[in-house]
Amino acid sequence: MGTRECGSPISMSKPSAGEAGRTGDWRANRPVMTAQACLAVKKGEVVCQLCWAYCPDACISRGVGPVIDMEYCKGCGICSEVCPANAIEMVPEAAHGVCNVGEGSER
Amino acid sequence: MSDTAIKRTVMAGNEAAATAAKLARVQVIAAYPITPQTSVVEQLSAWVESGELPAEFVTVESEHSALTVCITASTVGARVFTATSANGLAYMTEQVWWAAGARLPIVMCIANRAMAAPWNVLNDQQDSMSVRDAGWIQLYCRDNQEILDTTIQAYRIAEQLHVPVMVCYDGFLLSHTVMPVEVPSAEQVDAYLPPYEPLTVVDPDDPRNIGPVTLADPRANADGVSCHGYMEVRALHQQALLGALETIPAADAEWSELTGREWGGLTWEHLLDDAEVVLVAAGSVGMQLTVAAEALREQGVKAGVLGIRSYRPFPVDALRGKLAGRKLALVFDKALSYGNEGPICGDLKAALYGQPEAPVVFGAVCGLGGRDVTVEQLNDAANRAIADLADGVTDRAADWLNLHL
Amino acid sequence: MTKIIDLPDTSYVLPGNRACAGCGIGIGLRQITAALEGQMVMTVPASCLTVFGGMYPISSVEVPWVNVAFPSTAAAATGLAAGLRATGKADKMTVLAMAGDGGTGDIGIQALSGAAERNEDFIYLCYDNEAYMNTGTQRSGLTPSGARTTTTWAGKRENPKDLPAIMEAHNVPYVASTSAVFPEDVYDKVVKARAIHGLRYIHMNTPCPSGWSFDPKDTVRLGKMAVDAGIVVLYEAAAGEFRLTGRSKTLAKAGLQATVADYVATQGRFKGMTAETIADVQAWVDARWARYLVRDAG
Repeated sequence: MGTRECGSPISMSKPSAGEAGRTGDWRANRPVMTAQACLAVKKGEVVCQLCWAYCPDACISRGVGPVIDMEYCKGCGICSEVCPANAIEMVPEAAHGVCNVGEGSER
Repeated sequence: MSDTAIKRTVMAGNEAAATAAKLARVQVIAAYPITPQTSVVEQLSAWVESGELPAEFVTVESEHSALTVCITASTVGARVFTATSANGLAYMTEQVWWAAGARLPIVMCIANRAMAAPWNVLNDQQDSMSVRDAGWIQLYCRDNQEILDTTIQAYRIAEQLHVPVMVCYDGFLLSHTVMPVEVPSAEQVDAYLPPYEPLTVVDPDDPRNIGPVTLADPRANADGVSCHGYMEVRALHQQALLGALETIPAADAEWSELTGREWGGLTWEHLLDDAEVVLVAAGSVGMQLTVAAEALREQGVKAGVLGIRSYRPFPVDALRGKLAGRKLALVFDKALSYGNEGPICGDLKAALYGQPEAPVVFGAVCGLGGRDVTVEQLNDAANRAIADLADGVTDRAADWLNLHL
Repeated sequence: MTKIIDLPDTSYVLPGNRACAGCGIGIGLRQITAALEGQMVMTVPASCLTVFGGMYPISSVEVPWVNVAFPSTAAAATGLAAGLRATGKADKMTVLAMAGDGGTGDIGIQALSGAAERNEDFIYLCYDNEAYMNTGTQRSGLTPSGARTTTTWAGKRENPKDLPAIMEAHNVPYVASTSAVFPEDVYDKVVKARAIHGLRYIHMNTPCPSGWSFDPKDTVRLGKMAVDAGIVVLYEAAAGEFRLTGRSKTLAKAGLQATVADYVATQGRFKGMTAETIADVQAWVDARWARYLVRDAG
């Protein structure tokens, strides 16, 4: 397949999520949030948000009950560690019976 | 100095280079002092300080940083200039490759000097010859007018092809020797050089990652379009260098229309028409060869000179055409590929290999570390080569001129 | 001081990037880019960050980014700043140089020292993961004493260079030390640096799960422990005026909350460190901490 369509003689990338593919496939353990335990959910407003601030991969959205992007979450477990309410538990992927290796497209 | 009129004056080669950079309206200059380049940047620094040249002058702490500053300033769209010699060029070699691979139209003057060790500040061409493979265009000058004109042409060529250009001239022999030079007017140069339009995009509203890891194989972008791998980048770079075989003569021809001066494009010649013995060289030694050729003619030898102006790209077709049917090409190199032979000699042999009407090619090594090269020595070398040819020799070791072992 | 809850909800760092799970760079880089509101151009030498940024033709960070050769980061930032001034674009973006500890303190220190002496106009941020991590954990001039790397199999014998102190000695207008696991401290320092002209140097300790040999979940906990032990100190020196910040400011009153022995016990790289070496490092940390307290008291 030719590369003439890429339009430039130099290497100059454009930003896009998932540069390394679906990095959720790297995950050995999955963060599972118990919403009732989350401080923001309990208070009904955007408080705490430590999981959001400390996520190295920008995979967590702020909110009343922050949302984790499972497509890209690498399963590092930092969110679970920093949660002051122990609302996030790291559960082995195998326990979910989820193992979709090969489904993601490697660019 | 007023920029509004053509001016006939005298100046050293380094001043000619600085004057050209000023006329090209360079915006960022970064350089580190090394003999014999130093007065190029001293002159530019003075012009920036006085306000005569509205540019950023960065007094970097090394040659590596000098070329780095040029690389990133060029990336954001500035026209840049630097100059160096010998160990300075060797020290920036990593960035010499980077500048070319990033396809940045940097112009760098090289006041050619011998490489250490041992220390020697005098002329040969080992420095620039040693980076001939890095992907820059290399133009060699024979006098100070050519330095000025070529440096201006270099911006035109570089910015058209997105390839950096080294303008090489012999240290001291040209850099510090004063000669008559006609300085073009600012209007002439402005008409000749369109504004620089970079390939690179540095804009927070359109963020790009420039020069990232590029894989061996092509890879699709987020829209599924296949983009080049490392090898495609290199093939495109090679295409640009080969394209310079047309761009360099075209830039010279347009300059000639504007100023009445042209430098032969890729090569130049003297008494070549009916020459059977052709003396080949790059740089100022070519001027000496013209005198030698005239002397040989008085002696009854049909001698001529073929000068290499563009060493990279190497003008293979032009050299084949101009040397077809000659008896002998004698190449004078001021550099050596140690363990082999002079770089121009080796390249010329490769270019002529298998050509039905190719002359015999002999090499000579001269002027290393500033060793004097006289017309008499050049003549003697030519006569030795002619005698060898008459004896049926078709291949021989390089003849080292004025060597006292 | 900005509270974590008040940090901006904008991210220029994209998910699905190539960084290792738990890499501290991401936590810091999110705040660095947010503090500059994306109005920036960053220059990056060969390093983990190059990998983070992604392979052609896709980038993982939504800001202009110029890759450069290993020794040249500060010169590259100099050229960006000069080029932007020369083309009338200097007001549009802040120049950020971002390199690792080896790229800054070893191979890049000549260019950095030159740029600092000339007081070039950019922010230089060194993310210090304490070894050459991108090439597989070789020792750098900033690797701590006792740490095993693939070139110090028995543990490094020397204490790390004090790079912020070297930069202070250049009399640049702003020098700060921070840690990627204190995102609010990183954010505040970059915001402050953004408003200053001249060379601003920020040193950011950045835990590395693979190179330091710990579980990725512990990146934040161990980074904080380094501060609690006084091994990493959060401070700034603005126009020569020194002050401890954040957690280190608190510790100045409360006293250090961890020891070197506590800290080294958490990481595989310190396995085999002798009690004698631990004591030597503790003495080095204590003396340094005492000097910071004196400077903070002013």
